Amino acid sequence: MAESHLNIAVRRIKKDRLAIAGLCVICLFALIALLDVVPVATHEGGITRWNRTALDALFQKKVEKSYSAPLARVGVLNRQEFQLKGRHLLGTNNLGEDVLYNALKGVRTAFIIGIVPSVLAACFAIFLGLMAGFYGGWIDDVIQYVYQVLSSIPSILLLIAMLMVMERGLWQLCVALGVTAWVGLARLIRGETLKVKNMEYIEAARALGASDARLLFRHVLPNVMHLVIIEMTLDFSGYVMSEAVLTYIGLGAEPGTGSWGRMIMTADRELPNGIWWNLTGASVFLFLLVLAFNLFADALRDALDPRLRKG
Amino acid sequence: MAYYIIRRLLLAVPTVLGVCLFTFLLFNVFASPDAIARKQLGKNPTEAQVKTWIVAHGMDKPMFLNLSRGRDHRLHPFDSRFWNHMRELVLFQFPESDYLHEKVGDLLKEKIGPSLTITIPAFLLSILITLPLALFIAYFRGTYLDKTALFICVILMSIVILDYIIVGQYLLGVVFKYFPIYGYEYGLGAWKFVFLPVILAVASGLGGGLRFYRTVMLNEVRADYVRTAMAKGVSEEAILFKHVLKNAMIPILTMTVLSIPFLITGSLLLEIYFGIPGMGNMMLNAINSADYPVIRTLVYVYSLLYIAGSILTDISYTLVDPRVAFE
Repeated sequence: MAESHLNIAVRRIKKDRLAIAGLCVICLFALIALLDVVPVATHEGGITRWNRTALDALFQKKVEKSYSAPLARVGVLNRQEFQLKGRHLLGTNNLGEDVLYNALKGVRTAFIIGIVPSVLAACFAIFLGLMAGFYGGWIDDVIQYVYQVLSSIPSILLLIAMLMVMERGLWQLCVALGVTAWVGLARLIRGETLKVKNMEYIEAARALGASDARLLFRHVLPNVMHLVIIEMTLDFSGYVMSEAVLTYIGLGAEPGTGSWGRMIMTADRELPNGIWWNLTGASVFLFLLVLAFNLFADALRDALDPRLRKG
Repeated sequence: MAYYIIRRLLLAVPTVLGVCLFTFLLFNVFASPDAIARKQLGKNPTEAQVKTWIVAHGMDKPMFLNLSRGRDHRLHPFDSRFWNHMRELVLFQFPESDYLHEKVGDLLKEKIGPSLTITIPAFLLSILITLPLALFIAYFRGTYLDKTALFICVILMSIVILDYIIVGQYLLGVVFKYFPIYGYEYGLGAWKFVFLPVILAVASGLGGGLRFYRTVMLNEVRADYVRTAMAKGVSEEAILFKHVLKNAMIPILTMTVLSIPFLITGSLLLEIYFGIPGMGNMMLNAINSADYPVIRTLVYVYSLLYIAGSILTDISYTLVDPRVAFE
């Protein structure tokens, strides 16, 4: 019996040690993100609250007065030393918050930013790309015109313009990123649909009396789905990085959301004063997750569709 | 050729109009004038303030057709938000900045110089460095050198541009003190201030660029004409530098245009960090002061540049590859 496509793909990825390493790192980060989702009960004076996550509960570090170096016993505020309430593996930031805790809090945000826009974009792109490719004619013209227009606006400006008319927030950021991103995928799906729709098995299904909807979602969609999966993993890193950049220019998530961008953005004032741990903490986390995703996404693309190799 | 250029230009007209329409929808329909006025006016504006702002910006007018009589008791059907918006953009009569109270057109003219002093050298330098390096790596394809180089590229791509800028600025500017790290000087003295941002722009784009060009080269290396040339006994160097490079020009040109938006982002952050008074800084100020006229105009102007860039690429395709023109 012939091996299924999926089996072949899995076997190809298994051979790639870098990709497996990347997948392990991704799983580790996903675990941290999950810990930050699960609520944990706290009992305080007879009242039970569910406002803390498992990560918060695991990480009961005291908030200090100001900066302190990694693992230091004393911190310095206005040239005066003060006793720390606890040890901090990566030190504390200007508000006295534990840097490691902040960095771990950024993981969940990174996963939301990395996945939600992709899902939104995929919904748009699948629907419009399939329509354009399958029906052709004026539907194709209209959809192509819309993405022609959207793709001629440089994405950073499109993002800025959309974020400026929306309220600040993580979900708004996701929507804006999704709207910016669906164009490329829709173009790919349209092209693939054009190829697939003239194949014999589609003809056969049509002859058997299958409806358009059935043809599209039962027969065409599974054959373009690999494009969606590839694009989603490839885009993850880009979204995580653009969160940092957008936060820096003042369009990021609301304060209080864990964010590596927010940690990095104060660094140009901290570095000259010898405070390197805030930047390093956030950067290392961001770098590891993005690198892991880049390595895994490349292997996945090569495994699912070697023709797409583009660099 | 002339026919091709004219047809290509005409094809761009609907796209340009589409961009105008999109900005109109975004800033007039999607966001209500009231909301925009409140964002612009800052904390807790009074009703009267909001109202004056809306009237002053012509946002109290009807959306598409103005059917009421004006002060001169005549009909001005096109004195509506939509037609005013379209006229402003299409005829380049850009509005006035809400924050700086200057015409956006004048602001653009003032800011574009400093921006170009970074983007153009960065762009040229990165091509000059990346292309030969990519050819070099493609020459050693399949060896450990190639694999290591690819891995380094992925690592370079995984570092966020903020890190390049912050660490680069700190190491090169603060520790070694060779170059000023903040400020700008018009005229020839600019090079001192531009040097570091240009280096960082090139460094941050190196990984992605190198990997892309390597793939482009390798796609060509597998082509039939390479096999023929090899069979004829042409040396490998000659194949790579003459045949492959020439045939790889189309993807390279495409990449050139694709990197224009990146140049904008790149220069946006670089300008902010290095205090260069260009378009990026202007954009940041507009974001911080909710200066909608500036953002609207920038979206349009950059889209125009982008569309113009893609037309230029299409035209240069015909120069590089004569087959394209006969499509």
